[in-house]
Amino acid sequence: MTTTPENPTDSFDLEGEFARSNVQAVLDKLDRELIGLRPVKQRIREIAALLLVDKARRSMGLETGAPTLHMSFTGNPGTGKTTVALRMAEILKNLGYVRQGHLVSVTRDDLVGQYIGHTAPKTREVIKKAMGGVLFIDEAYYLYKPENERDYGQEAIEILLQVMENQRDDLVVILAGYANRMEVFFQSNPGFRSRIAHHLDFPDYSDVELFEIAKIMVDAQHYVLTPEAVKVLKEYIPRRMKMPHFANARSMRNAIDRAKLRQANRLFGRKDRTNLTRKDLTTIEAEDLLASRVFQ
Amino acid sequence: MHENPRNMTQGQFSFLPPLTDDQIKLQMAYAIKQGWALSVEYTDDPHPRNTYWEMWCQPMFDTKDPAAVMTEVTECRKVYGNMYIRVNAFDNSRWRESVAMSFIVNRPKYEPGLALSRTEGPGRTIQYRVHSYATDKPKGERYK
Repeated sequence: MTTTPENPTDSFDLEGEFARSNVQAVLDKLDRELIGLRPVKQRIREIAALLLVDKARRSMGLETGAPTLHMSFTGNPGTGKTTVALRMAEILKNLGYVRQGHLVSVTRDDLVGQYIGHTAPKTREVIKKAMGGVLFIDEAYYLYKPENERDYGQEAIEILLQVMENQRDDLVVILAGYANRMEVFFQSNPGFRSRIAHHLDFPDYSDVELFEIAKIMVDAQHYVLTPEAVKVLKEYIPRRMKMPHFANARSMRNAIDRAKLRQANRLFGRKDRTNLTRKDLTTIEAEDLLASRVFQ
Repeated sequence: MHENPRNMTQGQFSFLPPLTDDQIKLQMAYAIKQGWALSVEYTDDPHPRNTYWEMWCQPMFDTKDPAAVMTEVTECRKVYGNMYIRVNAFDNSRWRESVAMSFIVNRPKYEPGLALSRTEGPGRTIQYRVHSYATDKPKGERYK
């Protein structure tokens, strides 16, 4: 990344390079498909800008150190960490920072072995798969178990740290997890904190945003909510948010899946099931949502 | 008259000057693009019929980038830097299921070459024997 081209130029077409990199299309898609998450989108835009400016600097023969792009995504369940990681791989590919642009999503089980000498090959195997792309470690704090000093997680951490430092050009590591536990994890592993340049916090969604998300999900699955069902859904969301085990967008997906289930059951229980119309098959009625335990 | 080189000539590119790391990566990238699985092997026996080398690591069936294979080559060079190391690309598609590419990526600093000896048999027949000078020494002491 620090190489200087043979013919440094005096002007750089940032606009043209931006258009060529196709980043705007990805950013637009991000805006369209991901509701809310303003700070996250802002940071992604900044990273995109940095990489483009670095490219411009390189073309003029200016010194640019390889930027560290390892990230940590913190946020409650269902706030879109994995989805954004997938997009991140795409964006970094378009900007030419990673070569292949694939995402390898792993958890502790994929990295840490069961017996002595089992961990290192396993971790290396995963790292090799992720090279040229993005390695996404979900619930990264499980790697570190302070209560067991002989835990093999430490070995995986050491290998990861080494690769994150020495092969920055070959892969980007994204750690994800719940905010408070990640904080503890970083405190006990200062090596990780210093090697991660971008800490992105995923805020919880508001009820309005959750409604938008639910609408996108319903549309994507070719269903239609009746006006009454829309009203019920708007009622449903604040109630669901107060209940335990609320997982933001994931709870929305589950709610819709259950509504689909009830709709199917309703259609099946109908007397005249010989002539179902397209409308019957795509409509989710208020009663499909009202049957939820949230309203009991 | 063509004279055979004293270097071991197995697989692809072995009559060419050694490949640079960038050239090796390009070959690997080609193999990955074809969907072939790359593996790294090493040996210290340069006999032409020595086809089964020691495996350095498991074959890499789902790596997407040459950097991963290059990492293994680099690791292998650290340990067996004065031996022969080759990269194989295995095509696992139905009906082929065999090695599609194989090329040497590392050689000992000095290769003593091979000896050809003749044995006269019954009826004045001649039997030829190819023998590598390096294998006069036990395993592990060749190419010091």
